Amino acid sequence: MSWEPSARELERRAVRRSLHRRGLLIAGAITTVVAIGLYLLITTSAGWPSFKEAFLNGYHARKSFHAVLKGFWINVKMFLIAEPLILVVGISVAIIRNTVTPWLTPVRILAVIYTDVFRGLPTLLVVSITCLGLPALNLTGVPTDLVVLGIFGLVLCYGAYVAEVVRAGIDSIHPSQIASADALGLSRAQATRYVVLPQALRRVAPPLLNDFVSLQKDTCLVAGVGVFETLLAATDYGNYHFNFTPFVVSGALFLMLTIPLARLTDYFGKRALLRERGR
Amino acid sequence: MTALLEVSNLRKSYGDQVVLHDIDLTVNQHDVICLIGASGSGKSTLLRCLNLLEQIDDGTIVFDENEISDPRVDVRSVRRRIGMVFQAYNLFPHLSVLQNCTLAPMKVAGISRDEATERARARLARFGLGDKENAHPDQLSGGQQQRVALVRALCTQPDVLLLDEITAALDPELVGEVLDIVRAEAEAGMTMLLATHEMGFAREVATKVCFLDNGRILEQGPPEQVLGNPTEERTREFLRRVL
Repeated sequence: MSWEPSARELERRAVRRSLHRRGLLIAGAITTVVAIGLYLLITTSAGWPSFKEAFLNGYHARKSFHAVLKGFWINVKMFLIAEPLILVVGISVAIIRNTVTPWLTPVRILAVIYTDVFRGLPTLLVVSITCLGLPALNLTGVPTDLVVLGIFGLVLCYGAYVAEVVRAGIDSIHPSQIASADALGLSRAQATRYVVLPQALRRVAPPLLNDFVSLQKDTCLVAGVGVFETLLAATDYGNYHFNFTPFVVSGALFLMLTIPLARLTDYFGKRALLRERGR
Repeated sequence: MTALLEVSNLRKSYGDQVVLHDIDLTVNQHDVICLIGASGSGKSTLLRCLNLLEQIDDGTIVFDENEISDPRVDVRSVRRRIGMVFQAYNLFPHLSVLQNCTLAPMKVAGISRDEATERARARLARFGLGDKENAHPDQLSGGQQQRVALVRALCTQPDVLLLDEITAALDPELVGEVLDIVRAEAEAGMTMLLATHEMGFAREVATKVCFLDNGRILEQGPPEQVLGNPTEERTREFLRRVL
């Protein structure tokens, strides 16, 4: 039994196509106008030639690239190690804060104090204390490597942020989900692990990514205690050659990591959403 | 008299699966039309098509002499005049009962807060929800929530109301309180299309009953004919199973 669209339907499809074309045309035109406007605004400004010389110098970009990239590798290592640790700390603290058993009261109080304190302290301050203060205690077993100590400081700060994000995600799951897990005989821990957390983490993926991107940038804070990561490498080059192009190079390296990461997270998030809605 | 809503040759498919074939349906002012049929027969999809929640594959829908299946039509201006209530209530959980009922009149129709509140209060009181206006949806029983959903839809003063199996999620004791509102609105002359499994109610309030089977309207007519003396074997079989 075959079906041929009626004349009216064919006409409607033509209208839909033309509306779609019109949409594309508007989108293209307005984007071009805005882009050209911005370009002209910047390139016709009085300081543009000197800005170009100081920040966008091809010669200095090539010459500083090796040192900046070598420094950047330290940043990459730092956040690759810190990110999984932060997730563990953040999720653990969030779960602890959501427990109800009286036995865990002291741990719950500690978790609250931890998030309140480390969310409130400037990250640079915490990193300085862990990098310079901890070794000064002369305790046995405390590493003296500034990179390791810097990672420790970052994990402390970002663990607190992530804990709050995850807690918000857990709180956003409707109580009926826990009720149905209870009804199936799952323990509270199993309900959290198999029902609540998977939904909560998916829901907070965008703000989590925010924190991770922010962390990637904050690995630069160890420059303050003299680790030759990308920011210090760029500053160092700039001080010798009176040119700021290495900062732009360093910035570009960060963006080359964070932008694809954001797109990838969006892609996975969207795929999961579509699967859940059955499309 | 021209029809309020005229559906001709409507076809709707999801991918290869055709869920509505050649639907012809005329809705006159003050009609109460009950769509009956097994789950998956296309009742809900038909209602969703009428509210432009689904894009149809073919055919036309004419509402108050305008072809609303035209892609150039302003979808929101159509929906302002068509109310819809869902099986799962779909109340806004972050708003109180009263706020649920005043949101659309204030933001869409542009009625003042005082007037919207006054109208909503009057309707809530009439349907026995006067003391619940400050409650939040999750604090109410299913029957109460569905009554609020009906009041919310009525507060937008639609020309036609689409009710999509609004009692299917309720236990039998609560069905009555929801259907009382529908009955009162039917008697007041509201034009309604309802997908329902409540055959007794359909027989009582419907001006027309349509039996859907596999995406086609197999039989339509006055309730005493379709429910009392159906001509199609499929209709008889369906009624034997549900009655």
